[in-house]
Amino acid sequence: MNIKIINLLITGIGETFYMVVASTVISYILGIPLGVLVYATDKNGICQNSFVNRIVGLVINLVRSVPFLILLVAILPFTRAIVGTTIGSSASVVPLVVAATPFVARMVEASLKEVDHGVVEAAQAMGSTGWQIISKVLVPEAKPSLLVGMTIAFTTILGYSAMAGFVGGGGLGAIAVNYGYYRYQTKVMLITVALLVLIVQIFQEGGLKLASYIDKRIKR
Amino acid sequence: MIRLVDVSKEFKTKDTKIKAADRIDLEIKDGEIFGIIGFSGAGKSTLVRCINLLERPTEGKVYLDNLELTSASKKELLKARRNIGMIFQQFNLLEQKSVIENICYPLLISGVRKKEALTRARQMLELVELTEKENSYPSQLSGGQKQRVAIARALATNPKYLLCDEATSALDPLTTRNILELLETINKKLGVTIVVITHELKVVEQICDRVAVMSNGKIEEEGKVEEIFLSPKSETGRKLVLPDSNTGAAPTRDYLRIVFDGQSSFEPVFANLISELGIKLNILGANTEDIGGKAYGQLLIERPDESNVKKVRDYLDKTKVSFEEVFVSKEVISA
Repeated sequence: MNIKIINLLITGIGETFYMVVASTVISYILGIPLGVLVYATDKNGICQNSFVNRIVGLVINLVRSVPFLILLVAILPFTRAIVGTTIGSSASVVPLVVAATPFVARMVEASLKEVDHGVVEAAQAMGSTGWQIISKVLVPEAKPSLLVGMTIAFTTILGYSAMAGFVGGGGLGAIAVNYGYYRYQTKVMLITVALLVLIVQIFQEGGLKLASYIDKRIKR
Repeated sequence: MIRLVDVSKEFKTKDTKIKAADRIDLEIKDGEIFGIIGFSGAGKSTLVRCINLLERPTEGKVYLDNLELTSASKKELLKARRNIGMIFQQFNLLEQKSVIENICYPLLISGVRKKEALTRARQMLELVELTEKENSYPSQLSGGQKQRVAIARALATNPKYLLCDEATSALDPLTTRNILELLETINKKLGVTIVVITHELKVVEQICDRVAVMSNGKIEEEGKVEEIFLSPKSETGRKLVLPDSNTGAAPTRDYLRIVFDGQSSFEPVFANLISELGIKLNILGANTEDIGGKAYGQLLIERPDESNVKKVRDYLDKTKVSFEEVFVSKEVISA
């Protein structure tokens, strides 16, 4: 294998990391408040509001039900308006964030739901405000579960990022498509697949390990 | 003083309404330990949550000292809650925070500075005798230790009131006794008014001054613990004082309930009764304890025929042993 391909793969790995990490971070910045909002406004939540809950829930479900490849194409004008182009790694971040944010919101909601209601009740009994319950009780108590969710989100976004390669995105996905699929270089294709598997493995294992390491419920 | 005036709480499910609290009037005086006892589903937990408005009553008013909580602003309510500590059956500690962080929590949210909060939290740990567990996490503690941390946390803000929702129900009898002793100390030393919710008569017996018996969302009777233990007037009260109160199983025949409330346990009361009167008596149930040489508990015996009942009555009166006669047949008719 020549040096050119190796350099290509190294750039590919870099681009993939850039896309996935940036998308994960931005989707969490947007997804955590959204997940908290859905959780808090739910029936028996700390500030019930069925109207807000329904609207937000509807939007989340709507975006989540659009297949990623279609979403990717459908929001091209939006992507261009934000990044100025529809090609390359940065351009891929936009659809990745749009697709991942509702997913992340649901993951966050599920993590918060795992926190024992009794603990929330105790915090209320101590005179906590709604914001104190969210920031000092719910999120810290859900931290290990949030981290597991983040691992899952990361790998899902990694999968999506490879799809973005089909429509001009960068990264390992684009290499697999351009060399492996259009130029019949099966070897390159297999290497990119192997690299993707490896990245998923590393993050999955690392994330779970870290989650159990910070979880104070586990005796050691 | 905690005062509930005509408080009702209704839960609506799909097609039925459940009245968990039904027009309840209650006054809990400062400095006392007040028990609310009843079988599960009686509405005790709902009632205690109506005090700090974790459950907002559908009707009625709740007063804390002179403040009407039911019409207080959100800010006032949060402030009032900091004056009412609460502990729970499942402890409800923050699992991801250490013992000391748990105790600091109520202080920090009420604006106490971190350093002062730590000092205060350490004092509280000393009070509950868990100083060495400062940096442990709840998962490393036993049930009794968790409840001690919960008590320290509930009292950190120096509240005037403490609500205990089945606080000892998840603990073994020995730990229960220790926790109750701690609560008693807190009441005596710090003057904290304590409300105890329980389904166990022995909890009420051990620490409460007054008790309310609850069933179906209503208070069936209320009074001093000794009064209710010696002669319960309500059906629920009667079932609760029976030896096997867990099942609520009552004798189906008329019986006499002989109550020991601190006589010398060295005196063979029942044996003397039988040998002196020469009557054969049938024991239906018993539950007695010897605490420091004193007898506590009760003995249920089948009611003998009329002439013998009088002899038994006279004998018990003479020896100053409390008893009551229970007519099952009459109760059935009246019920």
